[in-house]
Amino acid sequence: MKYYSYYPGCSAEATASPLGVSVAPVAKKLDMELAELEDWNCCGSTPYWSVDKLEAAAMATRNLALAEKRGFDLVTPCSNCFVILHETNNYLKKLPYFKEKVDKALAAGKMKYNGGVRVRHLAEVLYTDITPDGISAKVTKPLKGLKVGAYYGCQLVRPDGFDDPESPHSLDEIITSLGADAVNWEMKARCCGSSLVMPEQEVALGLVNKLLKNATEHGAECLITPCPLCQINLDAYQSVVNSQFKTHYNIPVLFVTQLIGVAMGIPANELALSGNIVSPMRVLAPYL
Amino acid sequence: MAETMVKDLADVSFINEVCAIPGGEAIRSCIQCGVCTGSCPTANQWDYPPRRVIAMVRAGLRDELLSSNSMWFCVSCYSCTVRCPRDIKPADIMHALEIIAIRSGKSTKRSKTPTMYRCFVDSARGNGRVYELGMMIKLFLKTNPFAALKLAPVGLGLFFHKRLPLKPSRIKGMGELKAILNKARELGGAK
Ligand code: SF4
Ligand code: SF4
Repeated sequence: MKYYSYYPGCSAEATASPLGVSVAPVAKKLDMELAELEDWNCCGSTPYWSVDKLEAAAMATRNLALAEKRGFDLVTPCSNCFVILHETNNYLKKLPYFKEKVDKALAAGKMKYNGGVRVRHLAEVLYTDITPDGISAKVTKPLKGLKVGAYYGCQLVRPDGFDDPESPHSLDEIITSLGADAVNWEMKARCCGSSLVMPEQEVALGLVNKLLKNATEHGAECLITPCPLCQINLDAYQSVVNSQFKTHYNIPVLFVTQLIGVAMGIPANELALSGNIVSPMRVLAPYL
Repeated sequence: MAETMVKDLADVSFINEVCAIPGGEAIRSCIQCGVCTGSCPTANQWDYPPRRVIAMVRAGLRDELLSSNSMWFCVSCYSCTVRCPRDIKPADIMHALEIIAIRSGKSTKRSKTPTMYRCFVDSARGNGRVYELGMMIKLFLKTNPFAALKLAPVGLGLFFHKRLPLKPSRIKGMGELKAILNKARELGGAK
């Protein structure tokens, strides 16, 4: 058994609930204990980061302080939460004047953080600690013949990720460990427009269109991603892209844990497969 | 002469302002190679693309830059940051400029992103967690209620797939979190 503290993040509880739901049964099969951080708060996130960095960092640090009490690595399945918590940790180490202020703010809430927590992305933990071989050992329904495109997005691999920031391969290896074929496509680590989809929809959907075009042209039957924002843009906005660009995409976008779960024989309802807007049932039917 | 001196002072203070925000420190070593602009997925939307933004900070063009739409199109993809040959972290500089633009009341009305960021922050401050539905509704009411109609299918899709809860989730330690955030604000930003 491997032990971690778990930080789901706000999206995994709501707009990315299939992620939140599917993490638990998959972790159990892989002998990982992901203990949810008691009373965690919003990570601070990029918008907060861009309005007031000190307040945002204080928010992030409250979570780090909660995790420090427990003493294990802090694992999050959300790429944005990962970057924010990880970068905050870096700033606290590198910038003493900044740390002093964050310490003071935290003290006002009777909390203290000593810098002892390692922040990690769930996808990185799956790749490094559990390893593709370890995952493969638990596969009961190999996804033979399924062509899957790994979509890394940005913040899993940049600015300070564990994989190649230009041409990452970790998720491709996980796909292969499930018995499926990893589709090689150029845009697997390019941007989906993230939260720009709300204030500047047209610009963001232009980027989503490019991604879907590239992935389908290379024969992907479905995509997997670790990131809530990427999943929403590619899945929930796919019909809007279709009407705006006169396209006909019908490509399911799964969370990494959902696909792993299918290959490990976990029932569809425990993986919230009905939560995906573009239904994955057609392509997954042979394996369920 | 006096005018140039005043201008010089303005120059210096703008670049210092940017350097004072964590992540903005390295801006002085930019060699204007343009790799950031070439890497940026949204650069064609910016009034001044990333390389020019850096140049304008160094030239002290504070008002022009802060009231532009440029940094509000940064999607934090960090492509520029991993490619910059001088380790400048342009993404962090865009965040710093957003902070300064909001603080000085200069953020542009031509981009809805500043409003979205504020709605988001209000939501996080209010409950300790972000309530996505509430935030989206507030954003559309504040900016363009008709855009909300266009997006209704997306919202309904999420709702029917159990991905848009109707109630916010709130942390227990709200009192403690408020105390932390108030203190952070009292300490006057990340200078
Ligand atoms: S990539 Fe770096 S050095 Fe080159 S112009 Fe951009 S910020 Fe300056
Ligand atoms: S991080 Fe921002 S500035 Fe840099 S390439 Fe991405 S969108 Fe452009």
